[in-house]
Amino acid sequence: MSDPVQLFHTCLVNEIGPEVGMAAVRLLERLGHPVGVPLDQTCCGQPAYNAGFHDEARSAARHMLRVLSATEGVIVIPSGSCADMLVHQYELLFRDEAEWREKAHAIAGRCRELSQLLAEEWPRMPAGARLRARVAYHPSCHLLRGLGVRDAPLELLRAVEGVTLAEVEDQEECCGFGGLFSVKQPEISGRMLERKLAAVAASGADRLVSCDLGCLMHLAGGLRRQGVGLAVQHLAELLDEALP
Amino acid sequence: MSAVPPFVERVRSALGDERLHVALGRATEALRSRRASAFASLEDSDRVRDLARKAKLEVLADLASQLQRFEERLVANGVEVHWAETGEEANRLVLEIARRHGVKRIVKSKSMATEETHLNPALERAGMDVVETDLGEYIVQLNQDRPSHIILPIIHLTREDVGAVMHRRIQVPLSDDPRTLAGFARAKLREEFLRADMGITGANFGVVETGTICLVTNEGNGRMVTTLPRVHVAVMGIEKLVPTLEDLDLFLRLLARSATGQKITTYTTLLRGPRRPGDECGPEAMHVILLDNGRSRLLAGDDAEILGCIRCGACLNACPIYKSIGGHAYGDTYPGPVGAIVTPGLRGLHGWSELPAASTLCGACRDVCPVRLDIPRMLLGLRRETVRTEKTPLGLRLGLKAFGWIAPRPKLYRAAAAAARRLVRARAREGWVRRLPGLGGGWTQARDLRAPAATTFQEQWTHRQQTARATGSTPGASAGGAGGAGVRRQQAHKPEAASGAGLTPAERAGGPGGAAQHPPARRR
Repeated sequence: MSDPVQLFHTCLVNEIGPEVGMAAVRLLERLGHPVGVPLDQTCCGQPAYNAGFHDEARSAARHMLRVLSATEGVIVIPSGSCADMLVHQYELLFRDEAEWREKAHAIAGRCRELSQLLAEEWPRMPAGARLRARVAYHPSCHLLRGLGVRDAPLELLRAVEGVTLAEVEDQEECCGFGGLFSVKQPEISGRMLERKLAAVAASGADRLVSCDLGCLMHLAGGLRRQGVGLAVQHLAELLDEALP
Repeated sequence: MSAVPPFVERVRSALGDERLHVALGRATEALRSRRASAFASLEDSDRVRDLARKAKLEVLADLASQLQRFEERLVANGVEVHWAETGEEANRLVLEIARRHGVKRIVKSKSMATEETHLNPALERAGMDVVETDLGEYIVQLNQDRPSHIILPIIHLTREDVGAVMHRRIQVPLSDDPRTLAGFARAKLREEFLRADMGITGANFGVVETGTICLVTNEGNGRMVTTLPRVHVAVMGIEKLVPTLEDLDLFLRLLARSATGQKITTYTTLLRGPRRPGDECGPEAMHVILLDNGRSRLLAGDDAEILGCIRCGACLNACPIYKSIGGHAYGDTYPGPVGAIVTPGLRGLHGWSELPAASTLCGACRDVCPVRLDIPRMLLGLRRETVRTEKTPLGLRLGLKAFGWIAPRPKLYRAAAAAARRLVRARAREGWVRRLPGLGGGWTQARDLRAPAATTFQEQWTHRQQTARATGSTPGASAGGAGGAGVRRQQAHKPEAASGAGLTPAERAGGPGGAAQHPPARRR
């Protein structure tokens, strides 16, 4: 039996994409981790933080720190963006409040973005992951440049028999989501989205995979608007689907 | 400064310009790939970047005394030093120097500092004849345009555009061949160099140790401007100092690689004062104007780090926002990620707060910055400052205030989220929303919105745990011990309806599920 883990499911997964959370739970359990879900979790506060509303962000962050501090074990987060908030931004947010900064530091040390943890432990996964798919992987910016996770998701995709990785031009360029940016600057965001979707279309992929539901909602919404029937999926869902 | 149209209009006009889109896409892509291969040729590049950053930050931390030392060295080298608190003052100083030396004709090499002070119009108003000699800046001047990139001023023009401008303004045969066009410009500019009384440059670096002004150019025009005319004036931002020639070496290795993907620029010019007895060439008089224009204020604030910028333009080429809207949309001298910090820094946040807001915080700028400036962190700081000092849209302010109040109250948070979910779901067809009112309208302007789930993850999870416990099956059963909080509280929260929890067949088939179950999007 592996160590118990806590799932910080994120608000988007809770409200919009619960299937991502369920897939993450099944994957973690297959690795033998007893999964706990602290039900008092709400939102990490990133929307307020990125908009410059730091008091409001701190209010959310304090709550999350209280909830998570009451648990033990690794905190698994199926989002590079929310993980970066907890791992890097909380300590900045509380730079003038030593007590909370220390709490934030302790929590930061317990956090793992889902693909990080899965890539490390994949050798223990029951063999036989198989799926015929040509996958365009979109590295979300906060996962890639925030947390510095470049290879883990790709290693996981390569570990699935039958998956081929499509080559996407300017793969590491932002898709234009950017949280509230997508709402406040829809025209620029839309242009970036068009560019990303054109690159994905040119890659010949039959599904588009990422580790952040925010980017995925933005990308899927763009495809839907264009009338393109390309499947869009969180990496956790693909892996869950591929496992026997 | 003439009135700049609002940001939203600048963005719209840029996004509507298809030629701009093509020109920017091509140029930034070429620059990005050249930068990448140039860095591959730099041994231990991470260390070089760290050392350069350290040198720059050390100078900035001690700027007043470094400037004093620099001035002393300049004076010892025979240079006349002037201090300008504002752009207008710098322009006035240039004009005074010109008049003192009986100057009529001026040639300039590329300088962002004099773009910042709007020197050319000031000199022209005073009856001076000013000619830009960097090819790009020359075209900008002929076209009565403004540069849109720190390194490539006419990145927004195609070569056909350039041919048309030159044909119209200096009556050369129409052409779109870069070599031919450069030949025309070269012939024209050669006359200007020989006739000019005064040369004006910026400064890429000022070396404190030796009182040296360093200029890098690719066209050799910087060398002509500083050696042929009788008088040379360098206008230099006070942040441009590097401690020693050894440090300069670090920066030179980084600058060309970051800017144009060259290992070194074609010409690197080190200037240490006017012509000395026995020198074959050089100006009779050399002046350096040290420009503040808001830099001291920046230095005292949270974003002092941005003064370490060496104006390589790499962050512009890496930025997906810059690539979408180009440089003019930023509305001032410095575009791109660095401009989004520098412009509010130099001019004040009021009127410029949209620049730091217009970013996805993707971090591509930070990754390529040769001196590792943490631009996203500074953007976040300016956003916080905006909330403190500027008007923000009422809806957003109220929404986020409410968020701050609800976020630490889980029951309320869930209730509010459920209400929002129901509202949005009511507008959905086939699991998608085409149009939302209010702030949500920004989302549906650019894309559809996937309808929220009928049951939340927490509801599905709780249902699964209860079912597992009831049937004594394993998956979730062991989870009980894992998270105290989770287990203790899961009883308190019931699914909306018994049939609503878990992945019902109906939801799998019709609802917004994962890819495998995802109904292909259809055209309206």
